Amino acid sequence: MSQAATTRGVPGAALGTLLEVRSLSLDFTSPKGRIHALRDISVAVPKGRIVGVVGESGSGKSTLAYAIIRLLAENAIITRGEVLLEGDDLLRLSPRQMRDVRGRRMSMIFQDPMTSLNRVLSVDDHMIDIQYRDSVSKAEKRRRAIKALGHVGIPDPESRIRNYPHQFSGGMRQRICIAMAMLVEPDLILADEPTTALDATMEVQIINLLKRLQSELGCSILFVSHHLGTVAELCDDVVVMYAGEVVERGSVRDIFHQPGHPYTQALLECDPGRIRERTRRLPTIPGNVPSLLAGEVPGGCIFKDRCPYVFDRCQLERPPHYTVVAGVDEGRADGDDTLAAHTARCHLRDPGEASRDRESRDIRQARDKAAGGHP
Amino acid sequence: MTAISASDARLIRGNSAWAEHWGQLRKNRLGLFGLFLVIVMVSSALLANFIVPFDPTQIMVGPRLGPPSWAHPLGTDQLGRDILSRVIMGGRVALIVALTSLAAALSLGLVLGLVAGFGPRWLDNGLLLALDSVRAFPVIIFALAVVTLLGPSLLTVVFVVAVTSIPVYARVVRTQTQSLRDHEYILAERAMGAGTGRILGVHILPNVIGPLLILVSMDVPLVITLEAGLSFLGMGVRPPTPSWGTILNDGYSYIQNSPWPVIAGGIPIILTTLGFTFLGEALRDIFDPKLRRDV
Amino acid sequence: MLLYLTKRLLLAVAIVVLAVTLLFVMIHSVPGDPASVVLGPRATPEQKALIHEKMGLDEPLPMQIALFFGDAAQGNMGTDVFTQRPVRDIVFGELPYTIVLILTSITWASLVGIPLGCYSAVRRNSFVDKIIGVLSVSMIAIPSFVMAVYALLIFAVLLGWLPAIGSGNGGFWDGVQHLILPAFAVGVGWVGYISRIVRASMLEVLGESHVRMARSFGLPERRIIVRYALRLAILPTVTVLGVGMAHLLSAAVFAEVVFARPGLGALIVHAVDTRNYPVVMGTVLVTTALFVISTTLADLVNAVLDPRVREGL
Repeated sequence: MSQAATTRGVPGAALGTLLEVRSLSLDFTSPKGRIHALRDISVAVPKGRIVGVVGESGSGKSTLAYAIIRLLAENAIITRGEVLLEGDDLLRLSPRQMRDVRGRRMSMIFQDPMTSLNRVLSVDDHMIDIQYRDSVSKAEKRRRAIKALGHVGIPDPESRIRNYPHQFSGGMRQRICIAMAMLVEPDLILADEPTTALDATMEVQIINLLKRLQSELGCSILFVSHHLGTVAELCDDVVVMYAGEVVERGSVRDIFHQPGHPYTQALLECDPGRIRERTRRLPTIPGNVPSLLAGEVPGGCIFKDRCPYVFDRCQLERPPHYTVVAGVDEGRADGDDTLAAHTARCHLRDPGEASRDRESRDIRQARDKAAGGHP
Repeated sequence: MTAISASDARLIRGNSAWAEHWGQLRKNRLGLFGLFLVIVMVSSALLANFIVPFDPTQIMVGPRLGPPSWAHPLGTDQLGRDILSRVIMGGRVALIVALTSLAAALSLGLVLGLVAGFGPRWLDNGLLLALDSVRAFPVIIFALAVVTLLGPSLLTVVFVVAVTSIPVYARVVRTQTQSLRDHEYILAERAMGAGTGRILGVHILPNVIGPLLILVSMDVPLVITLEAGLSFLGMGVRPPTPSWGTILNDGYSYIQNSPWPVIAGGIPIILTTLGFTFLGEALRDIFDPKLRRDV
Repeated sequence: MLLYLTKRLLLAVAIVVLAVTLLFVMIHSVPGDPASVVLGPRATPEQKALIHEKMGLDEPLPMQIALFFGDAAQGNMGTDVFTQRPVRDIVFGELPYTIVLILTSITWASLVGIPLGCYSAVRRNSFVDKIIGVLSVSMIAIPSFVMAVYALLIFAVLLGWLPAIGSGNGGFWDGVQHLILPAFAVGVGWVGYISRIVRASMLEVLGESHVRMARSFGLPERRIIVRYALRLAILPTVTVLGVGMAHLLSAAVFAEVVFARPGLGALIVHAVDTRNYPVVMGTVLVTTALFVISTTLADLVNAVLDPRVREGL
């Protein structure tokens, strides 16, 4: 991963932060009351890097993406926080100014390619429309669109551009959407589970395509997914979300090799791609996601009801982001200047709880052994 | 926004559900206004014989084409009949036509729909084609064609309404029946040896009748409009029986001299259709928001 | 495309034939003799026999139906009982008046109804949306003939702004002036109807993800509404307009009677009044055909507007 990051040719740019979400909190109004869907979210996307956001459905990961581009449902209310794009707080922009940001400084790829194109407009219409700000001729816009389509692997783009969405397969449509997102040459692309609606082979192709285009364009990508494998494949940094909170973040390498939060550990154990032993059952995380309804959000640690290592402190005190491995600013020892700090919201990562942490590691090892011994 | 979905409501069907529906209706101001108009209309029709100030067919109880006065609040028509009395009686006629024709259409539509939905495929196709071709007639043209043959009368109006409404109801019943027919619980009943009669009576009918009743209640204004319309053309209720349509028609002939009869004949039609429409829309929103979309 | 057209056309013809056949069957299943309907109760048997022969009533029912369609296919719809003029000439002489009235009504109703529904959807749950909603429902509920009589009373009789009756002296502006009130009465319910349908389908389309996609590229909201949403939302409206032809014809009947305009409606009402059986049947045939043609046309327009359907042709 870090190898890829340095060969990108913009090592200096990697130091700057493109997007920074600071303490973002968001509520949905519902007939039953407010739902605290996002609570105190902080995420940074450095320039030229791909940041993955993982979590189960309902963790608020897509909501985060929509909050950044400000295309939220009408019942969403941002209660706190800032979304800084190169220092400009997007939440303070007027709707008009925000519209100027969309399709110029950031663009988005959506989950379901079958519905994200308009069925009465041709691909040509779509792709020329999004270049409406450029004052070049229509023929020039079409030429650019054809080039972009060819670039994402649409065969025979000169004639296919006149086709309508229904004449393409799901994978092809997603390629068209990616071509559109790239065509406006944004600094940031938000990708909301772009491969979820596709089959596995298609998924690999799309991931490779995103990777290639990102390295060519040098833009940043915020990649939302519930699939750890995809994130590991594509991303530089990872943010793990659970029930509307960021529970852990760090570089892909750190998170996958040394998960600091029990939730991340559980997620990794549940990933079918990582299960080594022969087993009859797919592991699941016991318990349910807590209610996020106003007044029902549990105090203390948000994961305490499902955590195998829970202790009294978790019930009372909300864990802060403990540093697991220091980032570049904190004087990282291994000298890799492109890796982000690794933090986790778990009291076990508190240096003061070191003895308890050792115990939890023992429990884990014992359990792993048991699972391995009785397939 | 509704806390309770239509299917839940159908399952609960207890006092609490009705209380909840009433609560929803109370919040719908337009629906309440509709309910008020409907109550006024229905009660004046029921009590018509007791509350009319004059015999509605008695001529020269006042001056010809008299303007509104204390004795005749809505004025008098070209034969000196009291328009208020005629309006009240006209409401009674409209309601009788609506109730009888819709009841006939409801029962026949129900039977045809159940047969089409539950019967063999060829029967379903045949019925569907017949129903669709009845719908190909513009209602008023169909009505006029029938009037040519049967002659204008109250019964003709009832007949026309029934025949033209049957296809709509039958289609709804058919769709509902078909969707219910293949449900697991019905298959289970069948496996346990329940006859078609029991399945229709116990399982299908109660589920079909609710949406159908709402549909019928929303058709009341259409029927009242049709009755008044045909009577306005002189092809519905025969004089001297008062109908809102005939009052309007009588007034139309004298519109240059006196606007009162026209105004008096039109307002009750407008208020009644508005009342039933507002109430019907509110009921539909409460009970079954998805209804009518496929009709 | 050609195959689709042929299929649609055949279906349309089939429905017309079936509908009229149904009417025939019904006529013959009700008690009473069309001849005495025509001649009145005091007709002599000889007169009846003559009418029977003329109208082909001696033949068995299937034969009568076949004869009717056979003649109709050749453009012969029988003759007027009183004037002996061919029914075809009478019906097609009146047809243009009705078509002009209907087209004018539907055009103005669309021009007003579509923007209203669109605005309602974009500003949903606002005060203006609620007002438009109540107005639309009221416009749908109020019968067109009451609307016609009140329009006549207010604008022609009381205010005297517009001519009350007739279709004008043949001059264009005079014709337009005579068209305004009838077209108002026929179209006003449709304003409400169209605005409701456009609102509902706009709401649906605006919630679709391609709209969010268009927004994510910062396209101007106006362009999103008109180019991305309305173009889709208009599809169900076109279908409804086609089916609504039956409603329009009914409304036109009343408008023509109230404003004493020539047209199919006035023709059939007069024919029913005088029990002019062949004219009634001819008008029924033509109006039913008109209705079926308009639904077919609406389907075709839909096909042209929707590339997915176009593809399937």
